[in-house]
Amino acid sequence: MIDQQYIGHRMPPHSAVVEHGRLKFFAKATGQTDPVYWDSEAAKAAGHADLLAPPTFAIVLALENDRSFALFDLLGVEIGRVLHGSQDFQYFAPIVAGDTLTYQDRIDNIFAKKGGALEFVIRKTEVTNQRGEKVVEMASTIVVRNG
Amino acid sequence: MMALTFDALSVGDTLPDLVTDKITRTTLALYCGASGDHNPIHVDIDFARAHGMEDVFAHGMLNMAYLGRLVTNWVPQSAIRSLSTRFTAITPVNTVMTCTGTVAAKRVEGGEKLVELDLVATASDGEVKLKGSATVALPE
Repeated sequence: MIDQQYIGHRMPPHSAVVEHGRLKFFAKATGQTDPVYWDSEAAKAAGHADLLAPPTFAIVLALENDRSFALFDLLGVEIGRVLHGSQDFQYFAPIVAGDTLTYQDRIDNIFAKKGGALEFVIRKTEVTNQRGEKVVEMASTIVVRNG
Repeated sequence: MMALTFDALSVGDTLPDLVTDKITRTTLALYCGASGDHNPIHVDIDFARAHGMEDVFAHGMLNMAYLGRLVTNWVPQSAIRSLSTRFTAITPVNTVMTCTGTVAAKRVEGGEKLVELDLVATASDGEVKLKGSATVALPE
């Protein structure tokens, strides 16, 4: 069972730059057809400061700086048993190429269902940009299969 | 893109469907690299089998990116106030997703004209894989 002492635990904040190349790669990988996501000139012509990060991109850089598995290491969870249960984004300001995003993660809850066969971790993340503006709040439900 | 207005929409109106390309093993490899989600269960069949799965399966967030495309094909991204989903079933490799959206409610809050959307992603096996929602703000 995951130690419930981690409820309320905050991961150390970390920052990452929104790179043009990464946005283009993400656009390709997700089949984007709208050039505001992969052509800087098209993005600017559409009124954006630069390439626009699509709605789910904020979670991508949450995994930078070797953070992919840091939460699971902390909780003693094996990556092969993890499923994504739900995901929520609340938007406050756009993210564009060249921004530096800072991530602050907090473990909001840990609980079990089905007699411990499934455990749930709720992680909440606040994302701010280089001007200190809150751009996105994320909430993730991570499901751990113990069966 | 058509200029949508709050007043012209009714509950039950639908968004144009988004039908994806087939999610192949290559799609999953590209998403693994692009997303930074290097969990091998999505790209390494040996690892997946060792962890009780028959085969690799799609990243939930790949499917959620498709839900995002469904909405941004319909309104400018700046209109989106929130996007949420539950991942209700695993999406096997070699699946085509059909994403659909429906106007579920309209309301005014904080001076904004908000439209609530129900979003669904259904796989080519007929099973619903994502049940989501979005809130968008529209001009009057």
